[in-house]
Amino acid sequence: MTAFWSNLRRGAVAASALTLSAMLPANAETTITAVMHSGLRVLDPVITTAHITRDNAFMVFDTLVALNSDFEVTPQMADFEVSADGLTYTFTLRDGLKWHDGGDVTPADCIASIKRWMQRDGGGQMINDRMASLEATGDKTFVLTLTEPFPYTLEAMAKVSSLALFMMPERIASAPANEAITEFVGSGPFKFVADEFQPGVKVVYEKFDDYVPAPGPRSWFSGAKDVLVDRVEWVTMPDAQTTMNALMNGEIDFMESVPVDLLPLLEGMPGIKTEVLSTLGAVTIGRMNFKHPPFDDPKVRQAAKLAISQENVLTALIGNSEYFQVCGAIFGCGTPYEFTDGSESLTSGGDIEAAKAMLAESSYDGTPIVLMQPTDVVTLTAQPIVAAQALREAGFNVDMQPMDWQTLVTRRASQIPPAEGGWNLFFTNWIVPEVSNPLGNVMLNGRGDQAWFGWPEDPEIEDLLKAFAEAPDLAAQQAITQQIQAHVMENVNYIHLGQYFSPSAWSTKLSGVEPAPFPVFWGISKE
Amino acid sequence: MPTYFIRRVLAAIPVMLVVAVFVFLLLRLTPGDPAAILAGDMATPDQLEKIRTSLGLNEPVYVQFTRWIGGLLQGDFGTSLISNTPVIDLVADRMWPTIWIALITITLSVIVAVPMGVLAAWKHRSWVDHAVMTFSVLGFSVPVFVIGYLLIKLFALDLGWLPVQGYIAPSQDFAAFAARAVLPALTLASIYIALIARMTRASLLDVLGEDYVRTARAKGLTERRVLFRHALRNAAVPVMTVIGTGFALLISGVVVTESVFNIPGLGRLTVDSIFARDYPVIQALILLTSGVYVGVNLIIDLSYSLLDPRIRY
Repeated sequence: MTAFWSNLRRGAVAASALTLSAMLPANAETTITAVMHSGLRVLDPVITTAHITRDNAFMVFDTLVALNSDFEVTPQMADFEVSADGLTYTFTLRDGLKWHDGGDVTPADCIASIKRWMQRDGGGQMINDRMASLEATGDKTFVLTLTEPFPYTLEAMAKVSSLALFMMPERIASAPANEAITEFVGSGPFKFVADEFQPGVKVVYEKFDDYVPAPGPRSWFSGAKDVLVDRVEWVTMPDAQTTMNALMNGEIDFMESVPVDLLPLLEGMPGIKTEVLSTLGAVTIGRMNFKHPPFDDPKVRQAAKLAISQENVLTALIGNSEYFQVCGAIFGCGTPYEFTDGSESLTSGGDIEAAKAMLAESSYDGTPIVLMQPTDVVTLTAQPIVAAQALREAGFNVDMQPMDWQTLVTRRASQIPPAEGGWNLFFTNWIVPEVSNPLGNVMLNGRGDQAWFGWPEDPEIEDLLKAFAEAPDLAAQQAITQQIQAHVMENVNYIHLGQYFSPSAWSTKLSGVEPAPFPVFWGISKE
Repeated sequence: MPTYFIRRVLAAIPVMLVVAVFVFLLLRLTPGDPAAILAGDMATPDQLEKIRTSLGLNEPVYVQFTRWIGGLLQGDFGTSLISNTPVIDLVADRMWPTIWIALITITLSVIVAVPMGVLAAWKHRSWVDHAVMTFSVLGFSVPVFVIGYLLIKLFALDLGWLPVQGYIAPSQDFAAFAARAVLPALTLASIYIALIARMTRASLLDVLGEDYVRTARAKGLTERRVLFRHALRNAAVPVMTVIGTGFALLISGVVVTESVFNIPGLGRLTVDSIFARDYPVIQALILLTSGVYVGVNLIIDLSYSLLDPRIRY
């Protein structure tokens, strides 16, 4: 049989020669072809929290300051100085910074960008609440003055999760924050090629020759963003098997997210490397509706938390234990705020008997709880099924309602009673940088109707968040995050269901692929 | 005939109007909020409300409908709520891959299936007939993605003759276009060959039992002339219907094949738009699909009179 294929292959050489020219790039420029986790449709990184929009923005736009792999904030487009009283932040732009259209980057551009971002991002709004002024003081300098110290300021400006702070020319950044921008001129390491953009199909970037890399070694999003190829193309492929076939056939160079169950097909294959690049991974969580019974009762929430086992959920979700981690820390394992207080039942397989006892003590009267189950998002289909079984074993009456994700995101915004089309419980996922800081973790907001879906009224956590915002150093912040961890486990603001990791795969023709919370394409060369 | 043509075109207008009203209302009744999708997971209720207002989604449904219909009458299909791109550009970009694959598939299918069907009818109950019918049942029964993956495994991964996926416009690089079109067209053709061959065979078997065929044979005409000149032409009406409907189906989107071969066609655009609740794009696509069906049916009806002179309009 092997000989048959061998002969057939030899016989195919002539035909291959004819089609090979069709499969190879038409010219000699170096192009990395990558398949990201989804197709890019929305370009404005201020209007949406879609991860692919953020990833695109990090290619095209640059940031004032950046976060490195040690969670330190470093200068990127600007050096910064903080006054001794913590009220004045002076930013000085690096020499030679240019927009992709050739214009110089000015303080006015940066100020407009910061003001637009402040209208949308939670951290930005906190800075805005404390802002006395934000004004240019020279050709390259501008000053942010606060009314009270806010040590989180630089970290908020360096965030790497959605709604990161990107610099845009003033004419673009002056658009209202709730209206999408239509021009994509940045100062980042890659230029966005608008003529070749096909929403949901293909994005093309070209190396920006006038880019001036920041000094210092490359680390996550800080340091030198040296571009070592001519072009990068992101091609959307809706089918994982097709993507893997294309990688094996040399038609693409990089696949951001390989389904763990298909990974064995690529592992050990010559010319292909597989590795987890996003070493912090993602967390999966369950969120309850605090506005309606039964989850308005903390004991019912406790009972639900006691019933569920992280390991069962993660096994159903991921399968291969090499790619998940039972982790009781709500801020993520591997982060500076890794505390596990109060998570024992979650991380030790659940405690159905304790859940039953707690439910018996509670106000629960057997009313069905509406559990929304998305059926079209692979990473969200398993959690409701496993949780529903655990909750039923603990004595809950569960009404699991399948629906598509978009129906779920609309319905979860509704505050009407569950029996009338509202909801009691749903599950979602976050990448760890989105939950790793108390001020960036939207699920911790305890301001009732102003809070994230579920709308908890929790003055105690609001006090803790305020204390965290004012904490002067890491040690003080860690002490407060430990209290937040304990409080969240006690009050069950949400159920933390552990951490998981998506492997990536790429051709060994690529060199310089390094771990980061999401893929970056600077520092990568191609044979 | 011209009167009939004009009458049919005019009759299409109320059909399209009913489709437009129905689609518009149905989408508004479907759960889902494009603003929530656009704003993402972290949006506050206040931010959502602002985005909803800026997209015009807070206006009464009749105002939204009037604006949309007004735009349509001026040839403006609106702008995608998600990508902020004119709908007409989005659809135009995605239409050509679908049209090319549909044309190649239908051409290939007709070239292969009609002779197969004729052969099966001519050699009725012989091994040839059984072989054609077996292929036909297989073509129908094996899911299209299985055929697609098998073809990829054989011709792309094992033999290395063809690329796995993708689409390149023929005007950009014809060789690359052709290399990428072969496997999806073969995959889709497997169904249509089965369908058309089966229909040709059944239709021809009916005709071959007619008196005029017996008369033609009694006159001493060659079997080839009897089959192709007398029988096939009379058997062609139902076959044309199947070909026409098949073409319309291919144009309206073959999402599985487009996904397996990564073809950025109308099928994927439709599914993506539905998941994103991108109302203007979905509305335009459904109107387009309806238009294609109306147009294809008209062409099929007109072709009847060319194939069978007894049919007059």
